[in-house]
Amino acid sequence: MTTTLSRPPVPVTAPVSPARQSRGRRRLTSALPLALLGFSLVIGTWYLTVDVLALPRFRALPGPSEVVKEWVATDPAYGTSLFTPEYYDHILASVRRVAIAFLLALGLGVPLGIALGWSKRFREYGFPVFELIRPIPILAWVPLAILMFEGSESPVVFLTFLAAFYAVTLNAMLGVESIDPSLVRAARCLGAGPWSVVRTVVIPGALPSLFTGLQIAMGVAWFSLVAGEMIAGRFGLGYLVNSSYTTTRYPTIVIAMLTLGIVGYASSALIRAVGNRLMSYRARGAS
Amino acid sequence: MTGGHLVLDQVGKVYGTGTGTGTVVAVEDCSLEITPGELHVILGPSGCGKSTLLNAVAGFTAITSGSVELDGRRLCGPELPMASPGADRVVVFQDSTLFPWRTVTENLAYGPEVQGRQRRRAARETALERLAAAGLSDIADRYPGELSTGMQRRAEILRALCNEPAVLLLDEPFRGMDALSRAAMHEALLETHARSGVTVLFITHDVEEAVFLGTHVSVMTTRPGRIKTTITVDLPRPRSLDIVTEPHFRSLVGEVSEAVRAEARRAFEAGEKEMVG
Repeated sequence: MTTTLSRPPVPVTAPVSPARQSRGRRRLTSALPLALLGFSLVIGTWYLTVDVLALPRFRALPGPSEVVKEWVATDPAYGTSLFTPEYYDHILASVRRVAIAFLLALGLGVPLGIALGWSKRFREYGFPVFELIRPIPILAWVPLAILMFEGSESPVVFLTFLAAFYAVTLNAMLGVESIDPSLVRAARCLGAGPWSVVRTVVIPGALPSLFTGLQIAMGVAWFSLVAGEMIAGRFGLGYLVNSSYTTTRYPTIVIAMLTLGIVGYASSALIRAVGNRLMSYRARGAS
Repeated sequence: MTGGHLVLDQVGKVYGTGTGTGTVVAVEDCSLEITPGELHVILGPSGCGKSTLLNAVAGFTAITSGSVELDGRRLCGPELPMASPGADRVVVFQDSTLFPWRTVTENLAYGPEVQGRQRRRAARETALERLAAAGLSDIADRYPGELSTGMQRRAEILRALCNEPAVLLLDEPFRGMDALSRAAMHEALLETHARSGVTVLFITHDVEEAVFLGTHVSVMTTRPGRIKTTITVDLPRPRSLDIVTEPHFRSLVGEVSEAVRAEARRAFEAGEKEMVG
């Protein structure tokens, strides 16, 4: 991979080293109590500042007991809890949007990223345009998204897609560029044609970086989704946050926020699991 | 395994032509004939152009004069300066190029699979047979990252042989390994060579390695690189490591050393880096 002046700061985190992953798994039993301690510290601080001390800036916020009570209430005071179907409709709406946007980003971003990384000519055409459009913040796209797409559903999906698309494309490209050229030479030497090289060397070689990109993409997808839903949505968790605020249902805001955290974590964990399965050689080879 | 008659005829390679910033003659007027089944070693100091020769045969670098023929087929020459890489001339380099995401078996099966010569299943069965014949069944399901450097080398040489190449090109494959592993690798290579009968072109700068492995040792001169002399190694085969203390082995080593020493000194004094590309 050559570094050029035009390379922008790239939102790439180094893939977690396989050795660390396997060590982490082994340590899980001792890590659980520590994690619980972390949770209780945060919840304790929340409880202390809001419920017990009622500090000036925190007084207006809902406390943990109120939120939990509301969350598990069969007859919630503000209308949304684990026992109202509406709660699940919001989750489903958001998950559905993220899923569609993410799959679109995957379907378009991976081939584009591979083409950008593999073909010098293609990169010369495509990369400058890509790099000019990418820095435009997703929120700046809101008016155009609403003008381009009808209804309240497609603009939100479009915004979510766009954010994920950049991350997927960029990391697919970097993944291809990171491939050891001697592997490509070996493949050619062993009789592989151009398409075979792409299929058997370029794609598997780009996978580690690609999956880093998918993790990032999932994160930014949720981010843009909520932004989109707050502005243009009629349903979904982001909409729930915003509408609860305007209708002063404060515990519901926190319920929606925590739900976003949980669903976001689950979606990242799913990608990680798929990645680890596809790249099991990395966990085994690094010992 | 058939063929393996490799003829280099007055091969030359000049770097930097056309740029006007000075040229370097890496290889000049290099002629060499390798007959089927030989294990032909090209010996020379770093930077003498021996890798350039191998890369020209492999199709990784263009030549500027002369021609290369394999079994009567012109690989490169004046009309086509750069040969196209093919599975009839598989290269094994110093650094592993095993695919890290494929198990050893899958790596061995790669060539036949990707060329469409064998179906996936059949290719893997053949690979397993080869591993078994080399006594390496244990590593069949391991990933390259789990293996020692020596094991990786052996797997890679077997992967090359799975293509039934006319000639196997080895570019200092054991460089950087410790002495004990190297000795084991040398015996393994000789055994593999005897079993397969494949023609081998082996590049090294190590005199003892050259004499121990080679049926023939060609000594190369430094810049411009030419074949100075070719010595036939008339030591009996199969060879074992015991041979290295025998007087005849020592006298051959002395003979080859003498031929290469002058070149090594010239290369050292020139202080030039090895040409790449």
